[in-house]
Amino acid sequence: MVIYMAEQQQIDEVLASDYQAGFVTDIESDSLPPGLSEDTVRDISRIKGEPEFLLEWRLQAYRHWLTLETPEWAHVHYPEIDFQKISYYSAPKAKTDGPKSLDEVDPELLRTYEKLGVPLDERARLAGVAVDAVFDSVSVANTFQDKLAEDGIIFMPFSKAVHEHPELIKKYLGSVVSYKDNFYAALNSAVFSDGSFVYIPKGTRCPMELSTYFRINAANTGQFERTLIIADDDAYVSYLEGCTAPMRDENQLHAAVVELVAHDRAEIKYSTVQNWYPGDKNGVGGIFNFVTKRALCRGVSSKVSWTQVETGSAITWKYPSVILQGDNSVGEFYSVAVTNNMQQADTGTKMIHLGKNTSSTVIAKGISAGRSQNAYRGLIRIGPNAENARNYTECDSLLMGDQCGAHTFPYIEVKNPTAQVEHEASTSKISEDQLFYCKQRGLDTEDAVSMIVNGFCKQVMRQLPMEFAVEAQNLLGLSLEGSVG
Amino acid sequence: MLEIKNLHASIDGKEILRGINLTVNAGEVHAIMGPNGSGKSTLSNIIAGRDGYDITQGEVIYKGDNLLDMPAEVRAQRGVFLAFQYPVEIPGVSNIYLLKAALNAVRKYQGLDDLDAIDFLTLVRSKLELVQMDEQFLHRGVNEGFSGGEKKRNEILQMALLEPSLAILDETDSGLDIDALKVVSEGVNALRSPERSIVMITHYQRLLDYIVPDYVHVLSNGQIVKSGDKELAKELEAKGYSWIHDTAEGQPI
Ligand SMILES: Nc1ncnc2c1ncn2[C@@H]1O[C@H](COP(=O)(O)OP(=O)(O)OP(=O)(O)O)[C@@H](O)[C@H]1O
Ligand SMILES: [Mg+2]
Repeated sequence: MVIYMAEQQQIDEVLASDYQAGFVTDIESDSLPPGLSEDTVRDISRIKGEPEFLLEWRLQAYRHWLTLETPEWAHVHYPEIDFQKISYYSAPKAKTDGPKSLDEVDPELLRTYEKLGVPLDERARLAGVAVDAVFDSVSVANTFQDKLAEDGIIFMPFSKAVHEHPELIKKYLGSVVSYKDNFYAALNSAVFSDGSFVYIPKGTRCPMELSTYFRINAANTGQFERTLIIADDDAYVSYLEGCTAPMRDENQLHAAVVELVAHDRAEIKYSTVQNWYPGDKNGVGGIFNFVTKRALCRGVSSKVSWTQVETGSAITWKYPSVILQGDNSVGEFYSVAVTNNMQQADTGTKMIHLGKNTSSTVIAKGISAGRSQNAYRGLIRIGPNAENARNYTECDSLLMGDQCGAHTFPYIEVKNPTAQVEHEASTSKISEDQLFYCKQRGLDTEDAVSMIVNGFCKQVMRQLPMEFAVEAQNLLGLSLEGSVG
Repeated sequence: MLEIKNLHASIDGKEILRGINLTVNAGEVHAIMGPNGSGKSTLSNIIAGRDGYDITQGEVIYKGDNLLDMPAEVRAQRGVFLAFQYPVEIPGVSNIYLLKAALNAVRKYQGLDDLDAIDFLTLVRSKLELVQMDEQFLHRGVNEGFSGGEKKRNEILQMALLEPSLAILDETDSGLDIDALKVVSEGVNALRSPERSIVMITHYQRLLDYIVPDYVHVLSNGQIVKSGDKELAKELEAKGYSWIHDTAEGQPI
């Protein structure tokens, strides 16, 4: 149809907008040569001066990984990854060892984060956000540690926590995501380099948002970070992670593991704004984002909310999940996944109801444009002892143009007759009528699309901490500018 | 204000407008009537800047400039407003957000700063009062779940806020109950001024009792086949469109 064609053309033009975090930081780095073997694992552990138990654990994971095959069930397609061509460790050259205070951090690095809009300095204090910044494989800056420590809160790079709180690491590492969990979890367990560690003591409400900023800079490196967050009884924490990477022609692998543990009446809010480099219009380059995120609602009346805004990566493969073990525990998953051009996303959640009166809510919004493929995959499992478990799932897809795909794969397993599981799904298009309506009110195409898409995602966006909601909204507009049909 | 000269337009090779001539001066109210499918909405859409029409002949001049060269949003910013026959729903986008974005877009074009939150709210409230709408409508999704009549009222709310120079109302009266028709008409009448022009598309003479037009035109099969004053509408009401075809036989006048 004529109307449609004209609109599509206009849209394609706007769509050709550029990835804004795609610069490379010119910085010297120490890297392990590409390749993966037991020696690589030992090298990483040695560089980080890790205790014996951790090396043993890594080696077990590595040996297990060798027995696994790459998973192929997800609705994504990509060339086989050559794990021998990846460098498993890269760190900006440091004058001294270990994480440094902010004044010692290479100004080039600070400028990088400034360009990315990450508040690392005094501005952070004003914004009320404590930041850990992970550059390639290591944590380079960690703000507010001291202030948080006054409340007994531990927020530090994982590699530092290994030295300062080995008992906590030993107790919780792998307790939610075992190294046997899946192919990429095993790989991560073997070679993970850094990440964030958070412990909120009993009865403590973390007074500020905690956030980690991940950036992949070095070429041919994989990023394998490990995040572990523990909220003890009656504790509360809100945590946000942001991610970017430079534009490179080759694909880069990002295989993270995130584990959350919520004890009695504790609450963890975990938000992600993922903007890894998605590759160019033709699908060249971009990050493979293969991530395992899982939370354990271990205590009674505990609560975990995952909120994610996924706009980047060539391929996204992740299912932030909640195991609802404690009675009356609550799991939530709010997701916006945007795919454009040749991007592929297979994302969703698993809600595993084990305890009584557990409830979960899943709101997933998928937006597909260009020639991208966007799949929601969700599992709701109600165990035999989960009396009166409740789940509500809403899964909406928005299509822009007629060359993209949206897919929904819901799995529901109910083993207790008192359960109530509701699933709603819809697929719609940004209509030419909606666009014209907005333009007739004076908005240009970009603003109109951004407004309509943000409207579509409202239920999810309003879950984000205030400080990041605006950033996420802009990101949505940026990554989609104009894709309609 | 608006001058349409020999406008021909087609969609997918099918000619819908077949030589429209119409001049609307500042301060005038024109009514356009005509059978279903005769091209009334097409004409409004083309004036407002919807894509997808082939303009094969003719021109549209607005305030001395060629309107057809301007993108839709620029026309809107320059004061062209279309109250839609079928206002679309935009789920999740609150009405007040759209109103604010629209007003600021117009203000920006005029070189004015954005209104601050308090001034904006005060202004919107006064307009709500004009069209007798409850404040809760500001916080609902744009037209989301609105009844037919509420959608039409919402169009007039937007018009009242944006204060356009040229307002085209495409069957704004259709689907309104009698009380709503009065309210909407008062809203429109409040906007009447020597600097402003209004083009109303309607099927019913009743609307013209409330908003008395200076001119009435009959659009049939893509052409304006008859023009007159408000008496023409009454005659049409009594005799139907066949009467025009019998007398004018589709000849442009
Ligand atoms: N996108 C389109 N594709 C094909 N034909 C179209 C399209 N839009 C309009 N038309 C045709 O153009 C003609 C004029 O339509 P238009 O909507 O302008 O009529 P109208 O006078 O507003 O009618 P009504 O009184 O029913 O609102 C109709 O025959 C309609 O089917
Ligand atoms: Mg019509």
